[in-house]
Amino acid sequence: MKALNIIEEAYSEEVIGKNFSRRETLTKGLGFGLKAALAMIPLGILDAVGNKAKAGPTNSAIVTVLNFALTLEWLESTYYKMGLSANSLIPAADMVVFAQISKHETAHVALLQTTITSLGGTPVASPTFDFTAGGTYSDVFTNYQTFLALSNAFEDTGVRAYKGAAPSLLGAGAVLTAALDIHSVEARHASEVRRLRGLKGWISNAEPNGLPPAIYAGEDNTTQLNINVTTVTTAPAISVTEAFDEPLAMSAVLAIAGPFIVS
Amino acid sequence: MKEQKLHNYFQEVLHAPVGRKGFLKYTAFSGAAVMLGLSSCKKDHGSGGSTGTTIDVGSGDTGILNFAYALEQLEAAFYIKVNASFYTNATTAEQAILSDIMNHEITHRDFFKSALGSGAIGTLQFNFSSVDFTSRTSVLATAKALEDTGVSAYNGAGQYITSSDYLTVAGKIVSVEARHAAAIRDLINPLSADFAGDDVVSASTGLDFSRTPNSTTGGPSIVATANTFLTTKISATQLP
Repeated sequence: MKALNIIEEAYSEEVIGKNFSRRETLTKGLGFGLKAALAMIPLGILDAVGNKAKAGPTNSAIVTVLNFALTLEWLESTYYKMGLSANSLIPAADMVVFAQISKHETAHVALLQTTITSLGGTPVASPTFDFTAGGTYSDVFTNYQTFLALSNAFEDTGVRAYKGAAPSLLGAGAVLTAALDIHSVEARHASEVRRLRGLKGWISNAEPNGLPPAIYAGEDNTTQLNINVTTVTTAPAISVTEAFDEPLAMSAVLAIAGPFIVS
Repeated sequence: MKEQKLHNYFQEVLHAPVGRKGFLKYTAFSGAAVMLGLSSCKKDHGSGGSTGTTIDVGSGDTGILNFAYALEQLEAAFYIKVNASFYTNATTAEQAILSDIMNHEITHRDFFKSALGSGAIGTLQFNFSSVDFTSRTSVLATAKALEDTGVSAYNGAGQYITSSDYLTVAGKIVSVEARHAAAIRDLINPLSADFAGDDVVSASTGLDFSRTPNSTTGGPSIVATANTFLTTKISATQLP
């Protein structure tokens, strides 16, 4: 229903003469990656409309970003599938939480695959993972606290990764919206998992809470748009750090994920 | 469908103390205020009637930031009131969460005011008479609705932002709103799927909800919904 609305919006914008390029209109629709929706776009009609392109990333640039996201989603979806199937790892009371998270990560994989294909790209295959990271987390699927800690790490890193990637999707219409819509879901997951660990749902300063500090590097930033926010608010400084989640560059994210990726 | 559910939260929240008639009156009025804003677009932003003026948030990136500023003002004002006198039997843990969230929303509000500088809309006046601040149910349901609305508003506005820096800062804020939404939802229904429930996150795509300021798909727009809490009404006639 949502996808149909987007298509309708994109279509009516064409009809009323806004200057969307064909490619941009396509990406608006394709962001939701639904083949049924794709079939509904009247390409011939859109072709006939003026083609004053707005600035935006090329399809190949979008595919690069989405394949990066897909790699992270493979990591997360594989992790939760293994966790959910591990014997007596997740307490019965917490199963529904991880089933919900797993459902979303699996859906993200499928959505990204379809979207990448729709944009003319090739979705990356699932890497092979080693969630012990070469033995560092050897009890990850037998000790619930370790499992929770790595889940926390992957979710908070996921939030930072999508945030870092968003500017490179500027001008990509519904693909950007879809990325933002995934981003906030990762944040909901992160909040819940952090609270299962007995932490706050939000990130105070750059506290790593037993995880590699690189995951939280820069989270203690209090300067936004060149404003030192601590000087314009009565809220405590720690709240200022909590109130803004910080992005991470693709290279930093891959460095964090690297130890878990075998090939 | 999800919009309808979101709308229902507000209806639940507003229903109890004000009554259905009262809610309809609120909605009808805010609808009228938006209409007024539309008809006065690009002239002055005219009077919204006897209860005060309608403030239009403006156009482009500034309009989006002002729209966000209005929502953050609303959230901050709500949590300040929640924290001034907690609902009956609020636990220490709940108070800590609600206090943290208040400070985050105050931070967001003050940040936007500073970032917008002379382009900022004024300080809005609020009417929370529809919320029973002594009731855990009423307070948390309102908090849930405000947080989910905030998430959907930032998500929906993102693609209309032209500045990369503004997009990033909106991203920095929306994920914190999503963290709030999950925590509030977990307080209401602990250890359930509700922290990222199927009512806000599509079970088939795993996508959160996004909405433009004036979209009325499935229920009143975010602008109209915000206006149910505003004495000073806002409009976003130059935004989608």
